[in-house]
Amino acid sequence: MNVTKRSYDAVIVGAGGAGLRAALQLAEAGLNIAVLSKVFPTRSHTVAAQGGVAASLGNSDEDHWHWHMYDTVKGSDWLGDQDSIEYMCRMAPEVVYELEHFGMPFTRTEDGRIYQRPFGGHMSNFGEKPVRRACAAADRTGHAMLHTLYQRNVRANTRFFVEWMALDLVRGPEGEVLGVTAIEMETGEVSVFQAKATLFATGGSGRMYYASTNAFINTGDGLGMAARAGLPIQDMEFFQFHPTGVYGAGILITEGVRGEGGILRNKDGERFMERYAPNAKDLASRDVVSRAMATEIKEGRGCGPEKDHLLLDLSHLDPDVIIRRLPGIREISIRFAGADPVREPIPVVPTAHYQMGGIPTLYSGRVVAPKNGDPDAVVPGFYAAGECACASVHGGNRLGCNSLLDLLVFGRSAGDSMIEDIGKMPGALPDLPRDAAEGSLARLDRLESQKDGESVHEVQAAMRRTMQEHCGVFRFPEMLAKGVAEIEAVAERVSRTGIGDHSRVFNTARIEALEVENLIEAAKATMMGAANREESRGAQARADFPERDDTNWLKHSLWYREGNRIDYRPVHLKPLTVETVALKKRVY
Amino acid sequence: MPTMQFKIYRYDPDRDERPRMQDISVEIDAADRKLLDVLVKLKAKDDSIGYRRSCREGVCGSDAMNINGKNGLACLTEVKDLKQPVVLRPLPGLPVIRDLIVDMTQFFKQYHSIRPYLINDEPPPERERLQSPEDREELDGLYECILCACCSTSCPSFWWNPDKYVGPAGLLQAYRFLCDTRDQATSERLDDLDDPYRLFRCHSIMNCVDACPKELNPMAAIGKIKAMMLARTV
Ligand SMILES: Cc1cc2nc3c(=O)[nH]c(=O)nc-3n(C[C@H](O)[C@H](O)[C@H](O)COP(=O)(O)OP(=O)(O)OC[C@H]3O[C@@H](n4cnc5c(N)ncnc54)[C@H](O)[C@@H]3O)c2cc1C
Ligand code: SF4
Ligand code: SF4
Ligand code: FES
Repeated sequence: MNVTKRSYDAVIVGAGGAGLRAALQLAEAGLNIAVLSKVFPTRSHTVAAQGGVAASLGNSDEDHWHWHMYDTVKGSDWLGDQDSIEYMCRMAPEVVYELEHFGMPFTRTEDGRIYQRPFGGHMSNFGEKPVRRACAAADRTGHAMLHTLYQRNVRANTRFFVEWMALDLVRGPEGEVLGVTAIEMETGEVSVFQAKATLFATGGSGRMYYASTNAFINTGDGLGMAARAGLPIQDMEFFQFHPTGVYGAGILITEGVRGEGGILRNKDGERFMERYAPNAKDLASRDVVSRAMATEIKEGRGCGPEKDHLLLDLSHLDPDVIIRRLPGIREISIRFAGADPVREPIPVVPTAHYQMGGIPTLYSGRVVAPKNGDPDAVVPGFYAAGECACASVHGGNRLGCNSLLDLLVFGRSAGDSMIEDIGKMPGALPDLPRDAAEGSLARLDRLESQKDGESVHEVQAAMRRTMQEHCGVFRFPEMLAKGVAEIEAVAERVSRTGIGDHSRVFNTARIEALEVENLIEAAKATMMGAANREESRGAQARADFPERDDTNWLKHSLWYREGNRIDYRPVHLKPLTVETVALKKRVY
Repeated sequence: MPTMQFKIYRYDPDRDERPRMQDISVEIDAADRKLLDVLVKLKAKDDSIGYRRSCREGVCGSDAMNINGKNGLACLTEVKDLKQPVVLRPLPGLPVIRDLIVDMTQFFKQYHSIRPYLINDEPPPERERLQSPEDREELDGLYECILCACCSTSCPSFWWNPDKYVGPAGLLQAYRFLCDTRDQATSERLDDLDDPYRLFRCHSIMNCVDACPKELNPMAAIGKIKAMMLARTV
């Protein structure tokens, strides 16, 4: 097959919030960039974010970035890197104002400022009481943000390669990253994108679970590519289950609903969160609420004939609040749950939502991989931002609205780092290795020529069931041990998938097969990490190790594909300018 | 399990001389509530059926297609309301790349042509620009557009002049910026649209309003642009 070579200063894989924010930085600096996306940019899953983006603007309540930082560290169950967290929380107001200046249609307060609502885990005065910190555009914040960022990129003349799927990282002799290979869906042609700086902003991998709030395209491609290139993936055992996915459909109901006063109830109509989190109640952190719900269901207090879900009740709210502030939720609830929340409660269940882990980076967006005893050794030429990256600001558990913020802050900082590093590389691009595209072409060939292949659909279903059953809200030792074996069996099947469609033109069967090859790497990392980490922290809740164990486990885990092994990196406990948020038991 | 019958438009330029309709059926169960759920099953059966999809909740705009003669999103279309055989075709009026996948270049070109971004050359304040809740409310019903193209590809004026007429989706966004109190390019924007084709090809046929799966009203927005245009000539 002919492989076209294309050369740019920088290539960005992904055009969700993180990719677009980074692209803007580079395009406005006048660099020659290529932005690749599997879908038209505004179809990226950032579009589905509802509730808001966190920033201590203090428009409605007194607020301070330091309080935001404290909440984020506590939310992370102390696994977050405190330098990155300080950086993010300090930058938050600036990047949100910037977004407003770009044209973001935020909802407004009476005095014309950005509207802010309460969100789980966001408190004032170092954990005292809920604070209004989530900056919102009704309940369509992600949509408004993604479109605004795309629009600003149109203004900046950013060069997009729409419906191009990146296949593999290209690395040089010293391990430096030199670009990516990619396939154009419309023609089936393969290119090598050569660049001085390569950014991954490929989003999450929520499709590894059966019940998921994620879009079909959230298949962890960045993780798969990094893992195949020999790079480690960090902290994947920390997978967030959102308390309120629509029962049976998986579609998300934002925490903003509880921020606006919605209440979770069990079959007896009891507001059970009062028992689990007497202070924050329904607005406790997500892992806490999800575990409470799983416990209610396990103990027989679930709703419906199968007693397998709970109810999110808004009927006591002013219908006007629902209609004005939560119009999208009302639409989803009517369409996917058949319930109008003005009158009826919404059936909900904890649903896989967000990967706290990912490709390890510094707060500058530079990717790291331990080398020669340096746990923070930078991989030259490689950057990551957004959900596919692990900066790590979310640690063991992400606070709501901190992800959209992460996209803006680290999309921008990665862009700035790329500009800085490219500036130090005058002259021509380094040569590509002769076999730059070989690995990708071999994978494509294998898929084309596979005899009696496994069905992609069935293999993916098996993966999703395995993850759901063995690596859910609560994790049991026997289940995890079985899960590790099962996921390896699924991986074996993934290496034998076959497709019926061999057309060159827009072959979606081929794309789906390639996606499963990525998703399985993310799933293995998650399962292995969960089986390996013998403690409970944030979203990792081990039945056999119910307590957090700071003596042995206050460290990031790094999963390597080669040998399916796990290594560790220390947590950055030292912030940039303030004092460390000291270790403490986490109660809400 | 009941069986559901489909007639699906198939065309793969790599293999087919011309388009054909494929008869295919699939067994469905109670969990298959939306058309997209069933399409996923169909694809498990015949993986060569090409369509776009992503969010499966009506917010990304990927899976617009012509369903029993009407444009809509597969992920929001209730299975139980569909007459069988369900006839699926690509969105009308745009070139077909393959099967249900159309080439949206022209559609996006028109969207880009209205300068879909805030124009305000004053140095921004330290904090946010202020906007009253009432002024912000003007943007409701406009900014929610998901660029699915259901409207523009149901509009006869767009079919005939996709290169010259902006079309309902683009015009809805044009109005989104015209009525944003923070935007300062009102008169340039109006100048740009003051053209027998770009704006004035709309003959208020209303297909766009019927087609929009997000219940937006491009025709009303177009009417408001025309009113702004008129107001500045008097
Ligand atoms: C339903 C829902 C609601 C949420 N609500 C909130 C909220 O209110 N507040 C909040 O802070 N967070 C929220 N989150 C989380 C947050 O929205 C996501 O974490 C975030 O949007 C991810 O953005 P991203 O830019 O990293 O990736 P995405 O937006 O997922 O974009 C990924 C991009 O990468 C591209 N891509 C992927 N693989 C490839 C490849 N191989 N080749 C080429 N391109 C590729 C895709 O095409 C896409 O453009 C929510 C998440 C969900 C699922
Ligand atoms: S009202 Fe105008 S834009 Fe809408 S379908 Fe008719 S001609 Fe097209
Ligand atoms: S106006 Fe409606 S139909 Fe048209 S592109 Fe936007 S969402 Fe789709
Ligand atoms: S799949 Fe996103 S709109 Fe239907």
